[in-house]
Amino acid sequence: MKKEPEVYKVISNVILFAIALLFIFPFYWIISGSFKLQKVAIQLPPEWFPKSPTWANYTELFLNPAARWFFNSVWISLASMVLVLLTASMAGYVLAKKRFTGRKIIFSILIMAMALPKQTVLVPLVRLMNTLKLYDSLSAVIFPAVGWPFGVFLMKQFCETLPTEILEAARIDGANEGKTFVQIVCPIIKPAFGALAIFTFISTWNDYFLQLVMLSSRENFTISLGIATLQAEMATNYGVLMAGATLGALPIVLIFLCFQKYFTNGITMGAVKG
Amino acid sequence: MAKNQYLAQATAEEIAVQKAHSHEIQKQQDRVSYLFLLPMFVFFIGFVLVPMGMGIVTSLFNYTMSDFSFVGLKNYVEMFKDPVFLRSVRNTLVIVVTSVPLVTFFSLWVASVVFKQNYKSTSFYRGVFYLPVVTGTVPVVVVWKWIFDKYSGILNYLLGTNKSWLGDTHTAIWCILAILFTTSVGQPIVLYISALGNVDQSITEAAEVDGASPLRTFWQIKWPSIMPTTLYVVVITTINSFQCFALIQLLTSGGPVYSTSTVMYYLYQNAFTLYRYGYANAMGVFLAIVIGLFSALQFKTMKTDAS
Repeated sequence: MKKEPEVYKVISNVILFAIALLFIFPFYWIISGSFKLQKVAIQLPPEWFPKSPTWANYTELFLNPAARWFFNSVWISLASMVLVLLTASMAGYVLAKKRFTGRKIIFSILIMAMALPKQTVLVPLVRLMNTLKLYDSLSAVIFPAVGWPFGVFLMKQFCETLPTEILEAARIDGANEGKTFVQIVCPIIKPAFGALAIFTFISTWNDYFLQLVMLSSRENFTISLGIATLQAEMATNYGVLMAGATLGALPIVLIFLCFQKYFTNGITMGAVKG
Repeated sequence: MAKNQYLAQATAEEIAVQKAHSHEIQKQQDRVSYLFLLPMFVFFIGFVLVPMGMGIVTSLFNYTMSDFSFVGLKNYVEMFKDPVFLRSVRNTLVIVVTSVPLVTFFSLWVASVVFKQNYKSTSFYRGVFYLPVVTGTVPVVVVWKWIFDKYSGILNYLLGTNKSWLGDTHTAIWCILAILFTTSVGQPIVLYISALGNVDQSITEAAEVDGASPLRTFWQIKWPSIMPTTLYVVVITTINSFQCFALIQLLTSGGPVYSTSTVMYYLYQNAFTLYRYGYANAMGVFLAIVIGLFSALQFKTMKTDAS
């Protein structure tokens, strides 16, 4: 009677492992492809493992301003991250812990805005950035990310768990609001900072659509946008494209692996407690 | 008697003072709160609310490079007569209807195989399926384009075929769906693993002791208790599928013959290659309403669940 589930277990584990390999394969193909010369890359049958690995693709990639693209990506992700952490934690804290006039309405507006798809406001957003003379600047990619209410929502969820007694005690001790926030609230909500930081970094790095419509001159490109443009320009020079893809994917994968715990916490925090 | 009167008067005065005092506290509380909200709201109003409003208003205008005139609902009427738009709606629906059940069931299956295993192996699978989400669409798309390539792609080599996968009206959308699938399952799997971990173990164990089959335990105990997660997964996958854009723009540009054009892609084309801003914004409003309804559904079901 116990045998059947065991067999089922083994079979499903084997299938799952095979599927996992299928998921990993494209990334293996990116990295190994980045070390193949063009004539090797397009030959069939393929070289499953590059026999004579070469850095040539990377050299060619950096004939483009790829380093610049890379640092643009780092800059927009870092800047959005810092600004989101700052603004979202302040807003989330008062929405969770203060009973101020208009609190309910403000929170409903934030929730409603979050329910709408970000991408549908891109067209007017581009016009707006044009008017503000921010079009084709990195700020045009950073500011909308900061305005997006998801972080506030996440921080509010977390701040609900702050013990009111501690805040009261601080008030009685004569600490002002700013001091209470920095010295008492911030240390307690550290895990939420971690989750939101990694989440914002990755989602800004990957917001290809926003970057595509906002950035137009080559030196302002991000790495995603750069690879996409190279793809359109050199069509089948797969080695160089894979070198670009490696440059775009590897750092973010490393960051993810280092902070995986925070990230999975963030996903479940934002979702199930909603 | 006089003493009582005096007391009553004193209390009334005290209440008045207290009232004024609490009013003062409330006012101060408001001031502090608004100050804390201010930085976020500068960005929120400036770069979310204002463009939303602009989008809605300009959807009522014939708004191009050279023209800006009020046309009422004409853009919306035109939309539903535009064969390319209707084709894009159809493609979008095909994507949503195919990917939502596939993603939901696959991630539930993965999570139920994985969640009881040791920490290392759970993290391994979580990481693997989350990988395409983390790296973002562009690297993923570039490599898949190579795999699907007619002349140098390994798919044709492995299958012994000679097909132009992305250039064929019959296969292109399925290639898009396959890639979309790999980029969509990561988050649902993470959510399901955590949800299954939270199911009360004592109940499932009791059921197993009573001789319930694993399948029955699953449907009668686990499935109902992970229902909120399932709803959330269905909603986010629906929303993401509705917004499918980058894959299309990078792989097929909506072709061949509009067979992979989606609403989001057609919107982009109208705004940024045809410069028909008003028309594009009308599509944006349409899409926002459809997606907003789904989100509303989600928040509603979650609220009833919490109470």
